[in-house]
This record gives sequence, structure tokens and C-alpha cells, in this order.
Amino acid sequence: MSRIRDLLCRLPADALLARADGATEGDVRAVLAKDALDIKDLAVLLSPAADRLLEETARAAKELTARRFGRAILLYAPIYLSNECVNVCTYCGFRRDIEVKRVTLGREEIERELGYLTDRGFRHLLLVTGEHPKIVTMEFLEEAVRIARSHVPSVSIEVEPLSAEHYRRLVDAGVDGVTLYQETYDRDLYARYHTHGPKKRYDWRLDAPDRAAAAGVRRMNIGALLGLADWRRETLALAVHAGHLIRSYWRTHVSVSFPRIRAAASHFDPPYPVTDRELTRMIIALRLFLPDVGLVLSTRERPAVRDGLAPIGITQMSAGSRTEPGGYIDGKGAEKQFDVDDSRSPEEVARRLGELGLNRSGRTGRRRFMGEIVLNGEKKVLGEATPLLTLLERLEFRTKWVIVERNGEPVPREEYAATVIEPGDRIEIATPMAGG
Amino acid sequence: MSDRTDSLVIAGRSFRSRLLVGTGKFASLQMMADAVKASGGEIVTVSLRRAEKGARTGNILDYLDPDRYLILPNTSGARDAEEAIRLARLSRAGGISDWIKLEVTPHPMHLLPDGVETLKAAEILVKEGFTVLPYINADPVLARRLAEVGTATVMPLGSPIGTNKGVKTRDSIGIIIEEATVPVVVDAGLGAPSHAAESMEMGADAVLVNTAIATAEDPCAMAHAFRLGVEAGREAFLAGAPREKERAEASSPLTGFLDER
Repeated sequence: MSRIRDLLCRLPADALLARADGATEGDVRAVLAKDALDIKDLAVLLSPAADRLLEETARAAKELTARRFGRAILLYAPIYLSNECVNVCTYCGFRRDIEVKRVTLGREEIERELGYLTDRGFRHLLLVTGEHPKIVTMEFLEEAVRIARSHVPSVSIEVEPLSAEHYRRLVDAGVDGVTLYQETYDRDLYARYHTHGPKKRYDWRLDAPDRAAAAGVRRMNIGALLGLADWRRETLALAVHAGHLIRSYWRTHVSVSFPRIRAAASHFDPPYPVTDRELTRMIIALRLFLPDVGLVLSTRERPAVRDGLAPIGITQMSAGSRTEPGGYIDGKGAEKQFDVDDSRSPEEVARRLGELGLNRSGRTGRRRFMGEIVLNGEKKVLGEATPLLTLLERLEFRTKWVIVERNGEPVPREEYAATVIEPGDRIEIATPMAGG
Repeated sequence: MSDRTDSLVIAGRSFRSRLLVGTGKFASLQMMADAVKASGGEIVTVSLRRAEKGARTGNILDYLDPDRYLILPNTSGARDAEEAIRLARLSRAGGISDWIKLEVTPHPMHLLPDGVETLKAAEILVKEGFTVLPYINADPVLARRLAEVGTATVMPLGSPIGTNKGVKTRDSIGIIIEEATVPVVVDAGLGAPSHAAESMEMGADAVLVNTAIATAEDPCAMAHAFRLGVEAGREAFLAGAPREKERAEASSPLTGFLDER
């Protein structure tokens, strides 16, 4: 049995929550005063007493978030590559047994979606597909990742659970993040929601984040689909899962998403609906329990909720999302995975974050050393061999201090004038900046 | 008094100031330039990042006169030896410097340096002719190994970067200083001029400060305070700071009466 399966089996969720029901406000304040919390403390933060101290716990979470993460929120955007799927998940708009228009993007369409998003300043993209072994193949994913990496420094994928070998192949192709939600940690409910297809395998999915992190994925994002099971039990399981990944893979940054079920073509009514207040309590509790974990909120939530939760604990947000393949450019009428409730543009979201005292990060890919600027993604700009200096000027780079790498080799400054960039070259342009 | 010839020598080059200054986290490049000036520092670190289009804010090197300062690029952001080496080569080819502050920090939370990868990168870069200043945890054995492969300094951390906690690694830094064959620069975590003075009193050859200056309410005043802290600590070291003792010892000898006639 894998370590995470064992940890979850031994998690006495009901007993912890029952005991925490008797907690007093004093118990909650005692937890807030502690440096490191254990799982019993987390249960106390999910108790009715903690609900009565919502404002106080929110302040503690906000302070902790600012201390650990500063005031930056990373904005990312999803690109839906395909809504083909062989699974039946009773809540999903892509489930195989409903009649919706199915679309899989080709290379040119992917390029166009990428162009749209990079024009809007996105440097962190999430490629999303359904599960379809014949249409959404490994080769398709590798190709899509390579195309995306030629435009942006950070590419994540949200696809079905893969083997260790396949995660390695995608890391080699340039993936640095994987998003994979367990949907629900409750085994019995999981079986009820996932009625047909390979996704029925709970354990294969549960062990996938370990396989991904071990394969060298640098950012691992997990989550539970809110509305499928009791939110407090899910919070405990998520905390155990995230804690396990943080301890086991020190090179990997772990984050947790909070996808609340939205209307989709499946017309699914969530049996365990989660209110705004409960979502807030969940985010506060996880932030306080895991100070270093990233917390992610998507455009499934409406603006007021997103703006309210952003300062309390959120570190990453999607913005301006379209959840159907080709959605940014021409739509084609393909079915969406879910409805978006925050339809503001990324610029509007960034402006609002600024008013809240937060900064949009993830515009320039600074977190990683100079994500590669591969100009073969801009072949239109470079139809023919072009002198380096001309190219720099055309791209509005100041040439005085830039340093240039071409196809992985540094270009000596004295050779700038004589260097000619050929179509297909991989060019990287860097410069000194402030640093310690 | 320290005399005029007390200079810091790194790789054959002498510096009057023993305060190295980092340029990150300042509110503006102008503020950074003013603070660097106030610090009296002569070695200034910069990072290397993807260039942005346009020239709205100007480049950091427009604010730092290369005749006055030694610009020391770092490899921050590198997560292994390969990435660090790539950055160093790029910097040299681009005419920035053949000096490199080697930082390999794969740990996403605390930015602690990876000693294994640092040593690997240092060995290769020294062979390629770089002047290598490696940022390391306060590990005396690693410091020796790095000096053996030919690094120009060792730069042990006082406490994790940006924490302002001071010289938490005091005992290990003491051993590094005692055994050093190259200059020892205490880097990272120095939050107050007293921390800088403490390092210098211990016999460190220099210190590097960034966050404490950049995030002070008045960065210029704090830069100057650090300058004084470094100078005070250095003078105290040269004066032969008295050793700590386990027991109190009266300044007037208890047995002084025996000499009286």
C-alpha cells in the first residue's frame, strides 16, 4: 500500500470532527497562537467555534499569507485542448454519454490560443484535456507542451493520471506543473460518481501526484471537487495529502485548488453543496495548517468571492478563462466543461487586485530563471534570416545590456553585430536586474 | 586604528570597503543607487533575468558606474549546477563579468543552497577561468572543498536569506574563519548593523547585506549604519577583541593587594 493510501486509511476524520465539535472559542484562539499545527488543531479550525471566530481566523490567515508569500498573486489561464472523453463522471460537461460537440485543437489552433493569451500578459498556462487514449495521445500532449513552451516559460497540464514514465516524458517536453484533483477522497462516493471508464480507478488517481513529483514535476496542484462530499472531511483529507507531498518531495511546490461544482451540460445538482462561508472557512483552515502551501482559486467563483478571498490566503488565480476548446479565438460551439462566473478580463482582475493591495505576478516568468524565449514561436516576425541587432531593435529590447543565448550557446558581445538569427533558432535574451 | 593598508583582497583585486551590497527589493533603482553610495560598498550584486521589452525604467546598470563598482552577477534562480553554469557563461559572453556569485537554491521555500550542486558547478567554472564566489550554508567541510577547487571566497549564510535573524550559524562560521585560506564573506540573514559588526569581530573578511538595507524605512541611512557597523567590527577584530570567558573576572585583580608594599 502506498504511503498516502495508508495515511488516508488511518485518518480518523469523523472522530476528529466529532471531538472538535465540542471545542470552545478559547480552544480556537489557542490554536491560532501555536507555531505548528497538528491534524487535531485543523479539526478545531473546522469546528462551529471557529465559525463564530471567522473574522479573527481570517485575519490570522491573511497575516500568515502576506508573511509567506508577500502580496503577489500569480495569474494563469487554462487552454482546453480537447473535450473528447471516455469517462462518465456524473457531474462533468464532457462525460462521454452526453451529446455535445467534441473538438480537439490542431497545432495552428493551439498557436492562436497561445498568441491570444500571451498578448494578455500570461506566462503561466494550464493545458487541459479530457481522457481519450486514441485522440488525446501522449504524442499529442508532448507536442502541445512543446508548442506552449515555445511561447511561455511555465506550462502545467491537467489530464488523466499518467504513469511515472509518461510524467517523465512530459517533464522532458517542458511541463513544470501538474494539476490533478482527486474529485473526492471518499472512496464510496468516488465509485458512485465515476461510473464508467478508466477513471474508476481511485488508487491509480490517488497515487498519481506522487508519481508526478517523483518524475520531476516542480509544481503539484491537488484538489477536491467541492459539492461531492462533506467539505470538512474533504479538507482533512486534502491537508493530509498536501502535507504528505510537501514532506516527501522537497523540490516540488505543492498547492491546493478549490473547484466548486458549477452548472455544466450534465445538469448535476451537487449533493453536498458548499456555501461561500464554508469555502472561506476551508481556505482559512488550510492556510493556517499549511503555511507554505499555494492556494488556487478559479473563475468558477464570482468576482465578489474572488476579491474577498484573494487577500486571505489565495496565491494563484486564473483569469479571463474559457473552458471550451478553442474558446479564446473562435469557440466553434464546442461544449464547455463548466460555466465561468468571473467573466472579467485579466486586466480588470489585475486592476482590482491592485486596489486590494495585491500585485499580479506571473507576467514575466521571473520565478524561474529566464524561461526560454524561443522565437521559433514567432516565425511570422522572423520570416528570414535577420541580424541579431535588428531583431533586438524590432522587439524593443535595449541592446546596451542584454545578453543573448542562441540555441543553448551564449553569444559573445563582440559577436552581436556579426550574428544573424535564422528562422527556427531558439533565442533567449536576458539582462542584469536587481538581486542579492 | 585600522591603517590604510587594511584592504579586502579577492582574487588579487583590492577593495577598501568590506561591505558587499545586494540590489534586490529596493523601491526604485534610484533609491538602490543612493543606498549603495551611502554604504560605501564597492562590490554590488545583480541577478540575471529575462529581459523585458522597452526601456521604461532603465536598466540597473545605468544606475551603477562600472568604474566605481565591481558588478557581481549572481546565479539566483538556478536550481542545479547546469543552470548555474549556463547563467555564468551567458553573463561572461554578454560582457557583464567573469566574476560570478554562485547560488544554487533548489529549495522552493527557504532558498537554502545546495552544497552538492554548488561544488560541482564551482569546479567547472573555476576551470573555465571564472572568479567564483559561492554562497553556501555554514558548512566548514564544504568551505574547504570549495577553496580546494579554487573558489575566490566562500560566502556562508548567517541565517536563511531575507530572515534578518543575524548570525545564527555562529559556531560553524567561526570554524570556517579559523580554517579559511580564502576570504570569508558572511552572506544572508544579517538584519542589523550589530549583526554585521558581530561577523566582522569574529574575523570575517566581509559581509553582504541586501534585505535589511532595502526594506528599511530609510534605506540610505541604514546603508550608512551598516557601513559603520562593518568598520567598527573590523577595527575591533584588528584590535584583538578579548576572548569570552566562562567566569566573571574582575577588572581590578582580586589579588592586586599582594603587590602592594
